[in-house]
Amino acid sequence: MATERERRFAGPRRGQLIFALAFVALSLLLLAQIGNQTIWAAKTRFFAQPRFWPVVGLGGMVVMGGLHLYRLPWRRFTVQDRVELRRWLAVLEYALWFMAYVVLAPVIGYLPATLVFVPALSWRMGYRSRQMMMISVVFAVVVVVLFKTVLSVRIPGGLIYDYLPGALRSFFILYL
Amino acid sequence: MDLFLSALDILMRWDVALALLAGSVGGVLIGAIPGVGPAVAIAILLPATFSMDPIVGLTVLLGIYGSSMYGGSIPAILINTPGTAVNALTTYDGYPMTARGEPRRALSLAYSSSFFGGIFSVICLILFAPVLARIAPMFGSREIFLAALLGIILVVVAHRGQALMAGALAAFGIFLQTIGMEPVKYSQRYTFDQPFLQGGINLIVVVLGLFALSQAFVLLTTEDEKIRTTRLAGGNLFQGLRELARHPRVASVSAGFGVIMGMIPGVGEFTAQFMSYTYAQRTSKRPEDFGRGSSEGLIAAETANNAVPAAAMVPLLALGIPGEALTAMMLSVFYVHNVVPGPGLFQNDMDFVVALYIALLILNVLVLVFLLVATRSLIQVVRIPNRFLGVCILTLSFVGVYSLRNSATDCVMAAVFGVLGYLLKRLSLPAVPIILGMVLGGIMEVKLRAGMARVKTPLDMIDRPVSFILFLIIVLVLGIHIRRLWLDRHDLKEAEWQSKHRSTSFGRLLLRRKSSFLMERGKLHRARRLTWYRRLMDLF
Repeated sequence: MATERERRFAGPRRGQLIFALAFVALSLLLLAQIGNQTIWAAKTRFFAQPRFWPVVGLGGMVVMGGLHLYRLPWRRFTVQDRVELRRWLAVLEYALWFMAYVVLAPVIGYLPATLVFVPALSWRMGYRSRQMMMISVVFAVVVVVLFKTVLSVRIPGGLIYDYLPGALRSFFILYL
Repeated sequence: MDLFLSALDILMRWDVALALLAGSVGGVLIGAIPGVGPAVAIAILLPATFSMDPIVGLTVLLGIYGSSMYGGSIPAILINTPGTAVNALTTYDGYPMTARGEPRRALSLAYSSSFFGGIFSVICLILFAPVLARIAPMFGSREIFLAALLGIILVVVAHRGQALMAGALAAFGIFLQTIGMEPVKYSQRYTFDQPFLQGGINLIVVVLGLFALSQAFVLLTTEDEKIRTTRLAGGNLFQGLRELARHPRVASVSAGFGVIMGMIPGVGEFTAQFMSYTYAQRTSKRPEDFGRGSSEGLIAAETANNAVPAAAMVPLLALGIPGEALTAMMLSVFYVHNVVPGPGLFQNDMDFVVALYIALLILNVLVLVFLLVATRSLIQVVRIPNRFLGVCILTLSFVGVYSLRNSATDCVMAAVFGVLGYLLKRLSLPAVPIILGMVLGGIMEVKLRAGMARVKTPLDMIDRPVSFILFLIIVLVLGIHIRRLWLDRHDLKEAEWQSKHRSTSFGRLLLRRKSSFLMERGKLHRARRLTWYRRLMDLF
């Protein structure tokens, strides 16, 4: 049965111990680098030292993260923690999808990359109907037209646009 | 009057009108879709607004901020799912009204209360602006440092039960902003000789990762829900205004709470709502109705949250200190245009400030009209499936991150923060302290350095009236927090003792027996017993 301390903990149990441990370990690692990564300037007041604020930040992370870890009502990993860890790793797939889109856009151009990315990811998410595919394509076109054509957001033209003939090339680079 | 006219002059442009329209309609739509929220939308649109005039860009963002809560009440009332986080309290009384067949009455009441809250706060602030203009110049470096420190402390202690981790995350934010080239001695801090870290970590990249990408990841990994929308029935959409007029006390007190809590950095909508809801329940003639479809409860919740956005602009405009994540994002719009919010803005560009408030006023009217006309069609947006919404947010996040500097490294960093944001969401930990740590940490660093140059002894830091008051408030807030921790601990111990089935510790029990035996009174007791025992034995 859950103890009173466990019951009063704000948030779910799964993953808390892993996160707190990783957070404190990373903070300690960064704090250990303070001598290499910052300097102590001569003839400079204490509060103006370049090292002062990194120490405040990392010190706060170590002390408060450590206290959080110490006050966690759990000291043992469970099956749920392992399942949660797997779930965290599963998210990396979508981060990779995002990065693929980032790599693709400057090469094949913003419009073609979006036209590939949105329907492909929708397909991956299980939307196979003709209607959803159509919606994906329309959404992709609307996003490109709204941001690049109308709002002129800075996204460079694709490398393959260079192979287009004269006027079409500059139109594509500017608007799509 | 001149001020008012010159403010109107700033707004009399077609692009501002378009921004108002786009902000209000877009904000309502974004609010109405559960799972998007204003933070995601503002994070995505932020880089797009950099190419606009400050007033146009800020109007769009303010529009989204101010109107998303109107939209958020629609799913809160109709399907018991808050559209934005601050509409959670609306579900308490809004959904029971729908359940008993009065969705239209509930919606109308929510719109009217939101409208009242929005207008009330803007009017309060327009009237309050001259006072602010007089107070703002009293804030020098030391005062702004203390105010930023107070902001961070308030954000941390506001996360009850998670203050330690919130503090650690705020410290993480402070650390993040120190990365890169430091501007005074030109030394590198935590760059690990990597060129991409020399320019520092961009706030917008972090914001997009923590709010937009993480939300996309959450949506992509959840299942689509089957949503059944309710047919609009029971009353008409205009009756809310009449009903609101019957509760002027609850509405004005709630709006007042919203204004005050909005102005205090780090407090915001939730506290305002909590206080006004509690007030409304305590003073109501029918407190038992709260949580079961009480109109007063709905008024309190919706008025308080909509009074916050205008008020939240006060610390941002007057001192340059954002009180929460959304205004922190808006701060970057100011910086991009070299408009430095702070005391100078109130002294030199008062018309700009008033123009922003008038824009908010017009925005509230636009939103109300839009909602009264278009609610029926708006309900359909809640049907967008979760995972497809995730795909859309991921696509839009690309525009936000990549258009900043056309840098793939920024995108990698945003993805990393996206994963971090996802972890925080899974663990129910707050991401806002990281953002505020980054923004307020930067302000504190600059202001402390400037302030300490003129300080001889530590007491000089608080020898001016405003700095002394701020210092007292910091001490008070920390004192209240420590007292609350102590009471919580006491409460926990009591609950633990009550639910205990066995003796606490057998070893400790024996120890107590031993020390009791060795004490003077124990010895006396035994000696007396021994005497009686001898007397007894003597009898035989």
